[in-house]
Amino acid sequence: MGRDPWNLKTKMPEIREIEFQDAATRTLEPKASMPAVEPSSEGADLPSEKMVLNMGPSHPATHGVLRIVLELDGEIITKAVPDIGFLHRGDEKLAENMTYTQFIPYTDRLDYLAPLANNVAYVLAVEKLMGIDKQLPPRCQFIRVMCCELARISSHLLGLGSFGMDVGALTVFLHTFTEREKIYNLCESLTGARFTTSYTRIGGLSRDLPAGWVEQCRKFCNEVVRNIEETETLLSRNRIFVDRTRGLGVISKEDAIDYGLSGPNLRGSGVEHDLRKTQPYLVYEQFDFDVPVGSVGDCYDRYLVRIEEMRQSVRILHQCLDRLPSGPVNVQDSKVVLPPKDRVLTRMEELIHHFINVTQGVNAPPGEVYFPHENPKGELGFYINSKGGGTPYRLKIRSPSFVNLSILSKLLPGHMVSDIVAILGSFDFVMGECDR
Amino acid sequence: MTALALAKQLKAHFGDWLSEPIEFRGEVTLLVSDMERISQVCVFAKTQLGFDYLVDITSIDNYGEDPRFTLVYHLYGYQHLRYLRLKSHISEEKSEVPTVTGVWRTADWHEREIYDMMGVRFRGHPDLRRILMWEGYPYFPLRKDFPLAGKSSEMPEVAFSAPAPMAGGPFVTIAGGKDTISREPRVRIPETDALEMNARVQRRDDIKEAHGRAHGPGPVEPKN
Repeated sequence: MGRDPWNLKTKMPEIREIEFQDAATRTLEPKASMPAVEPSSEGADLPSEKMVLNMGPSHPATHGVLRIVLELDGEIITKAVPDIGFLHRGDEKLAENMTYTQFIPYTDRLDYLAPLANNVAYVLAVEKLMGIDKQLPPRCQFIRVMCCELARISSHLLGLGSFGMDVGALTVFLHTFTEREKIYNLCESLTGARFTTSYTRIGGLSRDLPAGWVEQCRKFCNEVVRNIEETETLLSRNRIFVDRTRGLGVISKEDAIDYGLSGPNLRGSGVEHDLRKTQPYLVYEQFDFDVPVGSVGDCYDRYLVRIEEMRQSVRILHQCLDRLPSGPVNVQDSKVVLPPKDRVLTRMEELIHHFINVTQGVNAPPGEVYFPHENPKGELGFYINSKGGGTPYRLKIRSPSFVNLSILSKLLPGHMVSDIVAILGSFDFVMGECDR
Repeated sequence: MTALALAKQLKAHFGDWLSEPIEFRGEVTLLVSDMERISQVCVFAKTQLGFDYLVDITSIDNYGEDPRFTLVYHLYGYQHLRYLRLKSHISEEKSEVPTVTGVWRTADWHEREIYDMMGVRFRGHPDLRRILMWEGYPYFPLRKDFPLAGKSSEMPEVAFSAPAPMAGGPFVTIAGGKDTISREPRVRIPETDALEMNARVQRRDDIKEAHGRAHGPGPVEPKN
């Protein structure tokens, strides 16, 4: 003691307390860096030339292959034109040329950060068309809910991690990815794959929960809550993070609705709408959870909404694990679900069902349905137009990222170039889903 | 208020322009008889019936029928939490419908996508360009007469000064080549594309000659 090799005692920098308001009580105060579209008066007589800057499609902050053509006046954006389609694979065309079951693996590749949720959304749409959505056994519905919530946590962890990384907080990224790894482990033991899960089937699931999965999931739930707490302490009062996100990218309630935003981006703008509450599907009605909403609609609000949504997902997961019923996971109808193998090999009727199911697909009635699903990124909808038989006549994927990104050309002008990374990070989009 | 009641209100206001509401799996569909009226119907639905959220616009190609295209609008209201589907037909000769970007701004990208994929134009759209395919792409890929295997277009080839090390090698797949057909029987090759395909095989042979190697499949026969 007594030594002070780094000369710490001589002069301690003054620690300033940053003011922190609760999300509910915050109001929008104009920020110095924001409304600067018109040039300041003293520089008005100087001749200025606008510059066109091309951001993306390969840029770390565009999280995939989004290209934005920016028109700049100094550092201020005066015009932004998003350019998408670099990951277009023609999923909708492909769907018209295969059976309903064959399309399930393609849904993994839509929002590839939450493949389980896409699987569930797609089969629910097909089941709605078939009219068997009310016959699903309770165990199947509970497992599907757990899949959706795990996918939500996984997607939000990545969204927050990369958001933090984009605005300069690299630690958060490493932190949340540790937890995502555990979700991948859970996925692997559940589905056999870490990434491309293809877990659901029309009328059920590809397999039941493996032994010990419930305990593993419970352990994960307890750990992830701690991780979320830590993530919050790293970001929520972080001076740099708050300065770079607060009051930026403000979307009013009216604009959010007009531009068709959905998911956390919509709720961040103060619209209390969650399809799990307003259009309840599966067994969401039985669970107790809250829908967080923002008050201002800036990047910081969207961040807070995601943090809270993860906590609510953990709440739902706990309730699922506590009440998980036993019983079958598939609809007891051999015309929809493949019959068990031992019966296929010993009985004529089951053999025929198996053969028809595999070669022609399930026999869907003619008609059209739209099924909206609360995905981590927003409202993922499948519109299926059927003329009967095992193949959709037209399948349209209403992807949340596609619609959410359309507001960029309205939102970006007036901001600085460096604000783009914060705004894109707070939007949490996936180009695989946007371009389909 | 149920979706059916809302649809009936809409029907009561517009009369013969709309069909009777059709209900299937709890969803209500209204058919708009004249495509030109769609924006008026949408304005009324938004302002009077509270459908403030346009979920989606989709197009369907009824290939071989007249009218050829169907547009599908999905509306939703944040107050009453009900969905409503509006449908209308448009013939291939006309292929032009009024835009609803003035009603909901989210319609902008949906309409651009329909133009890109199906070739239906929107009158009054502020910026009707291709969105997923590149500017200048000559086809509309979601039409039913567009083959799954794709069509060749006038995209200029990427200019290489020398062939890539494994060009034409054992791991190169030519779309629609014989090896592809044996793996995926559903692949479709329109007759017109066989010429292009053979030209590509020829080009690959040229590369082989330059390298002195022989790999891969030979020319393709047109498959009908």
